[in-house]
Amino acid sequence: MRLQRRSSLPGFGITMGFTLAYLGLIVLAPICLLVLKSTSLTWEQFWQTVTAPRALASYRLSLGASFAGAAINVVFGFLVAWVLVRYEFPGKRIVDALVDIPFALPTAVAGIALTTAYAPTGWIGRALDPLGIHVAFTPLGVTVALAFIGLPFVVRTVQPVLSDLEPEFEEAAASLGAGRRQTFLRVILPTVFPALVTGFALAFARAIGEYGSVVFISGNMPMKTEITPLVIVTKLEQYDYAGAAAIAVVMLVVSFALLVCIQALHSWTRRRQGAA
Amino acid sequence: MKPNRLVTTTILLSLAMMGSTRLAAAKGTTLLNVSYDPTRELYQEVNAAFAKQWKETSGEDLTFRQSHGGSGKQARAVIDGLEADVVTLALAYDIDEIAEQSQLVPADWQKRLPNNSSPYTSTIVFLVRKGNPKAIKDWDDLVKPGISVITANPKTSGGARWNYLAAWGHALRHSGNDERKAKDFVTRLYKNVPVLDSGARGSTTTFVERGIGDVLIAWENEAFLAVNELGKDKFEIVVPAESILAEPPVSVVDKVVDKRGTRKVAEAYLQFLFTEAAQEIAAKHFYRPRLDSVKARYAEQFTKIDLFTIDDVFGGWQKAQKKHFADGGVFDQIYQPGR
Repeated sequence: MRLQRRSSLPGFGITMGFTLAYLGLIVLAPICLLVLKSTSLTWEQFWQTVTAPRALASYRLSLGASFAGAAINVVFGFLVAWVLVRYEFPGKRIVDALVDIPFALPTAVAGIALTTAYAPTGWIGRALDPLGIHVAFTPLGVTVALAFIGLPFVVRTVQPVLSDLEPEFEEAAASLGAGRRQTFLRVILPTVFPALVTGFALAFARAIGEYGSVVFISGNMPMKTEITPLVIVTKLEQYDYAGAAAIAVVMLVVSFALLVCIQALHSWTRRRQGAA
Repeated sequence: MKPNRLVTTTILLSLAMMGSTRLAAAKGTTLLNVSYDPTRELYQEVNAAFAKQWKETSGEDLTFRQSHGGSGKQARAVIDGLEADVVTLALAYDIDEIAEQSQLVPADWQKRLPNNSSPYTSTIVFLVRKGNPKAIKDWDDLVKPGISVITANPKTSGGARWNYLAAWGHALRHSGNDERKAKDFVTRLYKNVPVLDSGARGSTTTFVERGIGDVLIAWENEAFLAVNELGKDKFEIVVPAESILAEPPVSVVDKVVDKRGTRKVAEAYLQFLFTEAAQEIAAKHFYRPRLDSVKARYAEQFTKIDLFTIDDVFGGWQKAQKKHFADGGVFDQIYQPGR
């Protein structure tokens, strides 16, 4: 068969069989059922469900806050990764482990902890309140929660790339007369850019589907702080399985499209660097 | 490679993953009671009492498994195949939907046991901060400007639906059945709500732990629990002049008990809930008992209150759900933009 022609490695049959079975069972089957469920609606019903004002408001919040959260993580996650790779300091191991906490923590616990901190009576909320900054129960709170859960994705994708980047490159750039800014923009940034993009995509995708940590801090006010997953749960509470599936399908399509775009950007930067 | 080998591998692996589920066979009889959140402690005690009685009368060992969660979520789990022998949920609507979506119980399930199949009841009361600084006495005080009210989102929380309906019922009875005025009342009430948690326990946390709000609308049993566990020096319960009779219903899940051969014990278990022993336990856990003898003993604990039922005011759960909580319903209209 053509498939096999290029590889001389043995074991293609069994590994490919396993891959297909695994992906089919774990990923494709539930998604197919989801799409199937939404087809029990007529086209008009589907359109009406997914364009209802509450649904639209929730897309804006979910996509906007996920995007903002992931963007914040690109900047600060990069900084964290940089510090962890380039400097030696006491307690570095602990800081390194700290980064993974959002991975490990049950999301509901994260949500309650964040709300406790940022509520008007909480440690941080109390300090911000007099400044007129309200975090808990506002879209800002949603963004904070999504930034929290997305951090490790950026750090952990950027970290290995940064540690592969030998300090000699920077020294070479400096000895050739590049300023610090130039070194950063023309040497470091292009190298880690693909990793940053991947980290962004992972954090973003995770944030879109996040439910547990957000529902506690968002306040769930209709039209204002309802995330899309909450709207889906709302539909399920009415036993409107088809309606819930319809909204889920929209989220699926949007996230998939965004991930494809990001992948395209990724391979474009790679090609460009390869050519340079 | 031969394509058929790929197919065979795929199929074999899929089958291997599907096998291996039916291993554990328990000794004696087990009953799974799928319930809602705050009944955990109540049923622990009831189950122990019933298991003891069952052992004495039939000689059979009986083990209970309990599952707790949001009432709607639990009902969906049963619809999707969780093998519950009995369901004990927060509202009849959820069991109605089990009947409608999966036919696991007959449509007239609620007529099979006395008192609308609700062995114990509760009602909706207010929890305020110690000394009642905002002088909240009744429903009308909740819509005053500057009062911050905490309740959960009725679209996601079954318990919060009772809160909403209690407010609506009060407004309707005081306006000569004028629906427009009732709608205006609940609109003003929800304008005073700064946070809509997704579940009832969440809104209790918001009120108790975060210190947000002047008044929490809560189930009476939850309010008692909050006061007793978190300090009588911090909160007090305010009982309004009238409220709704919350009737958490129970039912055997017919298709499951017939399949598992547990019908007899499951039915005996639900009957047991209406006996003096179980009523006493319910009252101890702050649910209002049905039995007059137990009621008399706990008369001091439960303030007399004028209670209306969902059937009287709303014509049952199906109608209430459709009119108020369905998409585009009255609750959604409160939050329509431009209002």
